[in-house]
Amino acid sequence: MWFLAPCSFERESAMSQPSISKSMTPGESGLAVVFAATAFLCVVASAKALDAPFAFHAALSAAASLAAVFVIVNRYFERPAALPPAEINGRPNYNMGPIKFTAVMAMFWGIAGFLVGLIIASQLAWPALNFDLPWTSFGRLRPLHTSAVIFAFGGNVLIGTSFYVVQKSCRARLAGDLAPWFVVVGYNYFILVAGTGYLLGVTQSKEYAEPEWYADLWLTIVWVVYLLVFLATIIKRKEPHIFVANWFYLAFIVTIAVLHLGNNPALPVSAFGSKSYVAWGGIQDAMFQWWYGHNAVGFFLTAGFLAIMYYFIPKRAERPIYSYRLSIIHFWALIFLYIWAGPHHLHYTALPDWTQTLGMTFSIMLWMPSWGGMINGLMTLSGAWDKLRTDPVLRMLVVSVAFYGMSTFEGPMMSIKVVNSLSHYTDWTIGHVHSGALGWVGFVSFGALYCLVPWAWNRKGLYSLKLVNWHFWIATLGIVLYISAMWVSGILQGLMWRAYTSLGFLEYSFIETVEAMHPFYIIRAAGGGLFLIGALIMAYNLWMTVRVGEQEVQMPVALQPAE
Amino acid sequence: MSFWTRHQIFEKNSIILIVGILLVIAIGGLVEITPLFYLKSTIEKVDGVRPYTPLELAGRNVYVREGCYLCHSQMIRPLRDEVERYGHFSLAAESMFDHPFQWGSKRTGPDLARVGAKYSDDWHVTHLTNPRAIVPQSVMPGYPFLSQNEVDPDTIADHMRTLRAVGVPYTDDQIASAGADLKAQADPDNAGSDAFTKRYAKAVVRNFDGKTGTPTEMDALIAYLQMLGTLVDFKIYNEKANLR
Repeated sequence: MWFLAPCSFERESAMSQPSISKSMTPGESGLAVVFAATAFLCVVASAKALDAPFAFHAALSAAASLAAVFVIVNRYFERPAALPPAEINGRPNYNMGPIKFTAVMAMFWGIAGFLVGLIIASQLAWPALNFDLPWTSFGRLRPLHTSAVIFAFGGNVLIGTSFYVVQKSCRARLAGDLAPWFVVVGYNYFILVAGTGYLLGVTQSKEYAEPEWYADLWLTIVWVVYLLVFLATIIKRKEPHIFVANWFYLAFIVTIAVLHLGNNPALPVSAFGSKSYVAWGGIQDAMFQWWYGHNAVGFFLTAGFLAIMYYFIPKRAERPIYSYRLSIIHFWALIFLYIWAGPHHLHYTALPDWTQTLGMTFSIMLWMPSWGGMINGLMTLSGAWDKLRTDPVLRMLVVSVAFYGMSTFEGPMMSIKVVNSLSHYTDWTIGHVHSGALGWVGFVSFGALYCLVPWAWNRKGLYSLKLVNWHFWIATLGIVLYISAMWVSGILQGLMWRAYTSLGFLEYSFIETVEAMHPFYIIRAAGGGLFLIGALIMAYNLWMTVRVGEQEVQMPVALQPAE
Repeated sequence: MSFWTRHQIFEKNSIILIVGILLVIAIGGLVEITPLFYLKSTIEKVDGVRPYTPLELAGRNVYVREGCYLCHSQMIRPLRDEVERYGHFSLAAESMFDHPFQWGSKRTGPDLARVGAKYSDDWHVTHLTNPRAIVPQSVMPGYPFLSQNEVDPDTIADHMRTLRAVGVPYTDDQIASAGADLKAQADPDNAGSDAFTKRYAKAVVRNFDGKTGTPTEMDALIAYLQMLGTLVDFKIYNEKANLR
C-alpha cells in the first residue's frame, strides 16, 4: 500500500549503504517457519472442528498464516541487503511503518465501532432493527461495538502512539525488525477474530473480555511481544531519564497483561471447539470480572491515554509539562488506587459487604490522583491559552482533559453506595461511560491522530484546520446530546423503579419504565450519529493530508549568514 | 537526598520501574480477591442449590451466546422495591455453580434471577419468538430461530465434564446419563424421566416448546429460565442460620 511505504529519504539512505551479501534474518526465517507450521495446524483444526464458528476461525487463521509467510518472504526479496540502520548521520532513523498502519486501522475501526454503536442505539429505540436474525441482534452487536471502540480503535491509537512516543522520547529506533509489525498486525487480527466471533455467537459473556480461549491465547502472545518491543526500545534509549508518558504506557501494558491473565483462565470443552468454561464461578468470577473490567477502564482507557496526554499536549502547545512532581505523585497514586475500585460495580450484590466498602472507599480516593492528572494536563497550557482560539487540534486535546476531569468526578460519586443504588442497572452508567469514552478517550485520540498523521507521513500540517473545527463542534454537540439524554433517562428510570403510590404499592410496572425511555433513546442515537459524522470528516481530512499534503523538508538546512 | 532525587531510580531503570508497577498494582487485587476463596462467610450454605441439568445447561449456553446478560441482570439487591418487584434478594449460593456468573450490569429489561415459574411455557415461546406479540412496548429482539435449532444430546456430557474440572460437583452418574437426561427433561412420556428427576432435585420435566422430537434451543432456554431462582425454598430458608 503506497500510503504505508517508507518516506523516500529513508529508502535512499538505506540504498546508499555499502553492499553486503543478502541473507534472511533469524526473525524472518523463524517467523516464516512458525507461520507455515501454524497454517498447517489450523487446517487440521478446521477439518476436525466441532462447531462452525471454530471451523471458520481455524480456516481464517490458516489463510492469515499463509499470507504472513508470503509477506515475510516477499519482503525479503524486495528489501535491500542491509536492514534499515538505527541511525542516519547521527540522527535516529525512526520506524514509522507500524505507526502508519495503526493510524489507518484506528480510523477504520473507529468508524466501524461508532457505526455499530449507532445501530444498537437505534435498535433500542426501534426494536424492529434487530431483524430477528441471530447475527444482527442487540446481544451480539453490543460486544462488537464495545470491543471495536475500546480495543480496536483505542488499542490501535495506544499501540501506534506508544511506538511513536517511545522512539521520540528515547531518541532510539523502535526495537526489533519484524516484531513491531507482528504486534500491530497480530493485534488487529485478534480484533478480527473476536469481532467475527461475536457475530457468530462465540463469547464467554464476560463484559469487555468476551473473546473465547483461542483468541485470548493469541492476544497473550501478541501482548508479550508488545511489552518486549516497548521495553527493548526504552533500554536502548539515549536519554538518561525515562519520559513520564512512558511510565504510563508501561503501567498500561504490564497491568493489562496481568488483568487479562487473571480474568480469563478457562478450560475449553474441546481443543477443536469454541466453547470454554471459565475457571472462576459465582462470586469469585464476579469479583475477578470487575477487577478486570474496572481496570480495563483504569489502565487501558486511562493510564494509556494519560500517556498520550503527557506527550501530545506539551508538544502541541509547545509548553513544558506543568509539574514533574505532580506527575510522579499522581502516577503512583493512580495505579495503586485504581486496582481497588472494581467492587463498586457490585454494590448491594451477593459480594461480601467488606469488599464493597473497600471498593467504594478507594473509588472516592481515586478522585484525587485523577484530578492530579487533569490539573497537570490543563496547566500545561499556562502561557499558551491563546492557542485554543487558533488551533482546533489543541482545543480538542484540552477539552478531552476537561471531560476526563468531569467523568472522574462523576465516577467516584456514582461509586457511593446510596448513589449507586439509584444509578446501577440504569442508563446513567451508560452516560457516564460515554462521557469518558467519547469526551476523554475519543477526543484525546482524535487530537493525537491529528498530530500524528502529519508527523508520521512527513507532512507540513493538516489538510484543513477548518474541517478539524467542524469535527470538534459536531462531535461535541453529539456528546452533549448523548450524555444528557442518558442522565435524564437513567435517573428517571431509577426513580420510576423505586416510586411508590400513597397506598404503598409500586407505582410503575417495569414495561412502563421501558416506554418512558423511548424519547431519550432517540436523542442518544442522534448524538451518536453526530459523533460518527465528525469521525467521517476526520477520516476525509486525514486522507487528504496524506494524499495532497505538502512534504515537510526533512534535511536540516544549513543556516545562511545574514547579509 | 530528597524524595524527588530518590525517585530517579525508577526514572532511570526500566526494570526497577516495571517491578515497582507490578508490586503497586498487586496489592489491591490480592487484598480484595484472595479472601473470597477461603472466608467461609463469603458463600453461606443453603439447601436446594444444585448444578444445572443437561437441558438447563444447554439453555444457559444459549443465554450466554445471545448476550441476554447485556440487558437482563440476575442479581436482586436487598432494596425494598427490588424485593417487592422480583422476590427475595439473591444469595451468593444461588450462583455458586455459574461459570461464568450472569449477574449482569444493566436492566434494559427486568431482572431474571427469579423469573422461573412466573410465566407459562407458552408465554415464553410466544415472547421469545416475537416479544411485541405479548408486550407491545418491549424493545427486546425476537429469537424465532431458537425453535429451528436442535440441541446436540451427544456433546453435553463433555460440557459437564469440563464444568466438573473447574469445580461444579457433577456425579459420574449424572455425566454418564447426560444425553439421555437432556432428552428426558423435555419429554414427559420418556421412560427415563423418573430416573432423571431423582438425579436433579426439583427439576421440572415438561415439553417446554410444545413440539415433539429432539429438544430445540427453545426447549433448553425455557427450561433454564423456568428454573431460575426456584431452587431455594424461602419458606424454610433461615436467614439467621449463617450469622456469626
